[in-house]
Amino acid sequence: MSAKAPVRVKTLTIDGREVGAREDQTILEVATENGIFIPTLCDLPGLSTVGACRLCLVEVKGARGLLPACVTRVAEGMEVAVNSERLDRYRRGILELLFAERNHVCSVCVVNGHCDLQSLALRLGMTHVHFPYQYPRLPVDASHERFVVDHNRCILCARCVRVCDEIEGAHTWDIMSRGVDCRVITDLAQPWGKSESCTGCGKCVQVCPTGALSEKGKSVAEMSKRRQFLPYLTLMREGRR
Amino acid sequence: MPRQKIVIDPVTRIEGHSKISLHLDEKGRVEEAYFHVTQFRGFEKFCEGRPFYEMPSLMARICGICPVSHLVASAKACDAILAVRIPENAARLRRILNLAQLVQSHALSFFYLSSPDLLLGMDSDPAKRNIFGVAEKFPAIAKDGVRLRQFGQQIIEWLAGKRIHPAWVVPGGVTEPLSAANRDRILEAIPEALGIAQRTLDWFKSEMERFREEIRTFANAPTLFMGLVGPNGNLEHYDGKLRFLDAGGHIVQDGVDGADYANYIAEMAHPWTYLKTSFYKPLGYPEGVYRVGPLARLNIVDGCDTPRASQEWAEFRELDRGAVLSSFHYHYARLVEIAFGLEKIEQLLNAPDILDTNVRAIANANNSEGVGVAEAPRGTLIHHYKVDRDGLITWANLIIATGHNHAAMNRGVLQVARHFVRGNKLTEGMLNRVEAVIRTFDPCLSCSTHADGRLALEVQLRSHDGELLDTQRN
Repeated sequence: MSAKAPVRVKTLTIDGREVGAREDQTILEVATENGIFIPTLCDLPGLSTVGACRLCLVEVKGARGLLPACVTRVAEGMEVAVNSERLDRYRRGILELLFAERNHVCSVCVVNGHCDLQSLALRLGMTHVHFPYQYPRLPVDASHERFVVDHNRCILCARCVRVCDEIEGAHTWDIMSRGVDCRVITDLAQPWGKSESCTGCGKCVQVCPTGALSEKGKSVAEMSKRRQFLPYLTLMREGRR
Repeated sequence: MPRQKIVIDPVTRIEGHSKISLHLDEKGRVEEAYFHVTQFRGFEKFCEGRPFYEMPSLMARICGICPVSHLVASAKACDAILAVRIPENAARLRRILNLAQLVQSHALSFFYLSSPDLLLGMDSDPAKRNIFGVAEKFPAIAKDGVRLRQFGQQIIEWLAGKRIHPAWVVPGGVTEPLSAANRDRILEAIPEALGIAQRTLDWFKSEMERFREEIRTFANAPTLFMGLVGPNGNLEHYDGKLRFLDAGGHIVQDGVDGADYANYIAEMAHPWTYLKTSFYKPLGYPEGVYRVGPLARLNIVDGCDTPRASQEWAEFRELDRGAVLSSFHYHYARLVEIAFGLEKIEQLLNAPDILDTNVRAIANANNSEGVGVAEAPRGTLIHHYKVDRDGLITWANLIIATGHNHAAMNRGVLQVARHFVRGNKLTEGMLNRVEAVIRTFDPCLSCSTHADGRLALEVQLRSHDGELLDTQRN
């Protein structure tokens, strides 16, 4: 991103509404600026984008398939639809798959009532899971003195990986394996409590959208995440560069 | 003795399902009776690997009627794992919550589930023998019952945020202190609730004569009794030590620390039911069969430390020379306990430190094992957990009131069946009496009854060689 280059403005429509945008912006950024809701789980302002959750899929006229709004740049004359019956169905389907894939038991979860996944399911009107639950046997790593990782609640959004790498600079977190075996890991798949790179800053816990990462000893529904720090930290890091 | 094997049909996975089978000899007399609980829950297994501080809420999901009892017993087990003494006011608040639960659950059992038998008659029309039938014929009593239960639930909500499955009780104490406004609201409503409790007691005592035959046969047999008693041997529901009493009213064992329960209580499984049977270990089975719950509690204690309940307790103990043996008197005991619960809540709320905001102790898992014992409405509830070094559960054992009472319930069914079943034909009145004897125990078949307030019950009548003669279900 160069501050010197002249900023070019693009105009496009989102759900029929005309909006203006800088050429380096994504559809998601423009929509958010204009108060248009596009569901997301992996996206978090202040972190890089990965397009992992696919919830922000939108329809762009002329494009062959659906495009993820978080990584798609705006273009002149673009016609974007963010609300349609088809998108609703796909988004609910993605959420249902997330719920079916692991063991998301809201009623006994530490973030019950403060969970991004849960509130999105409510907002998008997900009433049932139409896929068979997988009930995988997944471990809980409580070896860290202050934090716990519960793989049963992880949706592999990689927010923890990004915040640890990009903001804290420790790069303790990573993702291991593929497909249903995919897991977030600390160091080289060592118990978190044994990690030498972890600074114990807790940013990963705060950005985690679900109860996968939580503070130890927090009881059911007691854990709410604090993310106010993120934009400030990002600003300070960028300002120093 | 019966030789045929009765197959338990696992279709009844729905809560609160049970089945009774009766075995007849060649002459058509009841030889043996079984009370089957046909559901399997598996809580002891699937909590393995979870963090211990999740246990109170996880375990409370066992039951929607008495989640508070599980919350309390589980949190106490977790306190032991934290190895802390929780702040005094936290214990006080948990105690109030537990008593509110006692009041609402007893009101449910007495008014909603059993009062139709008592008011409308054991042989009355089954279509009307429910709370709606009571509301039609005895509207004042039905209203009292609804009001009393509502009050108990209301206290739970005011204290813990919601009526069912609150997450307020946590390892180390509770999450929020009590507000002055909520204290005053509860105190204001207590006189009305106490009035209901007294009215109901007076009415029940005056009606007892009509149930002589039931009193004589409803699991009226010598057993031991077990429960918690307070420091002075007083009626106690939250803390205290276990006491065992024999049928003659003599203390068999006293001052047992909850953590040592395994030295005194053993469990055994049966091929015909998912419900385990507990017995007093030193005496073995079946000599060591004991009962828990309201009847047991009033039998084992030396007194109640509230004025009204104290009087009622003294009168109750006049029923028998030793311990009161008929399970029919569970109803009576339940009413005495409602009065006690209300008086005790009032006492506790008037404590000077009740608004103290120090209500939670913070610690990590310091012990590798913890036992929590509390009195649920139906009887003594034991939660026992073991954790690894990181605080993840490696093993859990729960002993629930209905398990303690299991053997006595079976005997009750046999006793009632032998007394009321004649020949090879079942009558509805007989069926209802068999149900009614089970109802006196207010069993928590994990732990619920159906919307119409009756157990989903199936009675099978079998001949000596296993032939099915008759089946009745409600």
